Amino acid sequence: MKRNPEPNSTDDRILLAHGSGGEMSQDLIASIFMKAFRNPILDRLDDMAVLEMGGKRWAFTTDSYVVTPIFFPGGDIGKLAICGTVNDLSMSGARPLFLSAGFILEEGFPFRDLETIVASMQKTAEQAGVQIVTGDTKVVNRGGADRIFINTAGIGLIPEGVNISGANARAGDKVLISGSIGDHGIAILSSREGLEFSTSLTSDCAPLNDLVARMLEVSQDIHCLRDPTRGGLSSTLNELARQSQVAIWIEETRIPVKEEVRGACELLGLDPFILANEGKLIATVGPESAEKILKVMRIHPLGKGAAIIGEVREEPKAKVILRTSIGSTRIVDMLVGEPLPRIC
Amino acid sequence: MKFIDEFRDGEKAKPLIEEIHRLADRPIRLMEVCGTHTVSIARYGIRKILPETIDLVSGPGCPVCVTSNRDLDKAISLAQVPEAVILTFGDMVRVPGSFSTLAAERAKGRDVRVVYSPLDGLNMAEKEEKHPFIFLGVGFETTAPTVAATIQEAQKRNVKNFFVFSAHKTVPGALKTLLTSGELKLDGFLLPGHVSAITGSYPFAFLPRDFGLAAVISGFEPIDILQSILLLIRQVKNHQPRIEIQYRRGVQPQGNPRALEIMGQVFEPVDAEWRGLGRIPQSGLALRTEFSAMDAARVFDLPLPESKDPEGCRCGEVLRGILRPPECALFAKVCNPQNPIGPCMVSFEGSCAAAFKYET
Repeated sequence: MKRNPEPNSTDDRILLAHGSGGEMSQDLIASIFMKAFRNPILDRLDDMAVLEMGGKRWAFTTDSYVVTPIFFPGGDIGKLAICGTVNDLSMSGARPLFLSAGFILEEGFPFRDLETIVASMQKTAEQAGVQIVTGDTKVVNRGGADRIFINTAGIGLIPEGVNISGANARAGDKVLISGSIGDHGIAILSSREGLEFSTSLTSDCAPLNDLVARMLEVSQDIHCLRDPTRGGLSSTLNELARQSQVAIWIEETRIPVKEEVRGACELLGLDPFILANEGKLIATVGPESAEKILKVMRIHPLGKGAAIIGEVREEPKAKVILRTSIGSTRIVDMLVGEPLPRIC
Repeated sequence: MKFIDEFRDGEKAKPLIEEIHRLADRPIRLMEVCGTHTVSIARYGIRKILPETIDLVSGPGCPVCVTSNRDLDKAISLAQVPEAVILTFGDMVRVPGSFSTLAAERAKGRDVRVVYSPLDGLNMAEKEEKHPFIFLGVGFETTAPTVAATIQEAQKRNVKNFFVFSAHKTVPGALKTLLTSGELKLDGFLLPGHVSAITGSYPFAFLPRDFGLAAVISGFEPIDILQSILLLIRQVKNHQPRIEIQYRRGVQPQGNPRALEIMGQVFEPVDAEWRGLGRIPQSGLALRTEFSAMDAARVFDLPLPESKDPEGCRCGEVLRGILRPPECALFAKVCNPQNPIGPCMVSFEGSCAAAFKYET
């Protein structure tokens, strides 16, 4: 999109919205990072790099975690740091194996909280079957960071015959989601200072590698996988539509949204489609394999609420179209701005 | 929250849509004057399923959008008060004033916090008493009572570092101004459910009485809106303009007396400048003198250069309903939600943002 020729002084600095996972994040990546780092592996713009080494294909990824609050219903920053990276690897179909963990700690951060977070990381790593094999710690002056930031990187092995990428969606594919959307976003919001409202909702934060492995066991006819984290379902579907140059048509009535999430959205004027998820995946799969894959997803504890929410079509290219509950249609746009900063 | 689904049900929509198509045998133009309606209409694709004869236009229903650049400049400049914390609803953060935005001020290091309720802001102020907390009160009759109650609460708790910048506005005067100008030919109004929940239906009685216009107070779900459109068409076709309340689960004819009382205790009507509509007598709400110690406009009177409207921006005409967002030369070309030139493209409730997000 064209930039304003006369910047009103917002253009020369990073804004929170640049980190929201939506349109402005995409812009930042394109205008700064892609320009500088350009190479064929990065150019694919998937959530992980795919590397060929020793006759095998490896998935490699990194992510930083700055969520606030650091403890929230259903998880904490440590659990999130493991799940996030494990999930990014899993979205290539890879079996995640090894992780690194870097900590940036603010002077004065309580030991007890750090121990709790580290224990939670270890527990989640065990659950996901990965090992944390290298790490780093930095401490910064009080005020130099907000309590604790964590970076994790990870590497995983992609099984033979698996070829999954955001660029692989084709017309005819069915679009699947593994469960209800928005749980993480609302769980984080509900525990934020100034916004406390009571909800029984917990974050869906979970490692998805086992679910992906089960799906691949029944069929390798999976074309795209992506976890709708920051920017939510809207941004993720738009990314896939753009990368694959296809249209994604979804049906509002088929998209699972919990009542608590819907209620909170109503109250706060938010759209569940842009809320973050940390334990959900979206897949586009060949039409003949859709029912088979859906069935195995529903058997898995992390896919109980799985549903087919739409399909991939040729036109209109690079757009997401929603059939609304009253039978009309509309565009689903990528998130713009920053409704909920620091959710992951 | 189960009740919401009832109003999003496709099966219930079908007969309504059919009936609208059956009755709409001549052109009827209806205006919605609530940003939430604008968003719902776009989000559920309501325009697309209506017959071509039914023309829905958006009016001055987005509080952020109708705020004049002068008021925006004042609000944004408050971020420069030493040590100040600015409390605001989310959609104000990126609205461009003449010189800056709150987002830009925050990037420069000013403390700008998004709150969902002014009471949360008051609680923050109580905890951090060294900082002046300034709440930016932008909104209609829906928001004003909560802000008024918070001001009373601040006084009760004796919180000395909580201030309110009031750019609140009231809706009926704006509609009257719009109609008196005669530049827009309308058949009826889809009236705002939330505003009417506070004011009741009485303040809108002049619409059928003085202007012969149909009027229905509507809820916000797609079924609500379809039902209301149907009621409006019937009123128009039967030549029986009156005020009907479709949004019965939210609105009493007499409104909410308690909220009106609190609002009256704290605020007094003043003339106010509206974007696109100019100065409208008695359509703004200022803090009464008893509360002047909390009135940010009086306490922090910052010198400001002359305000200027963004070049080429036609938000004013969009707010008057005489220009559709895609008809503006800037729309989707230089002006988009990422890089908004005017407020109608920024606010969640703005007509340009809704048209860009859902209808382009």
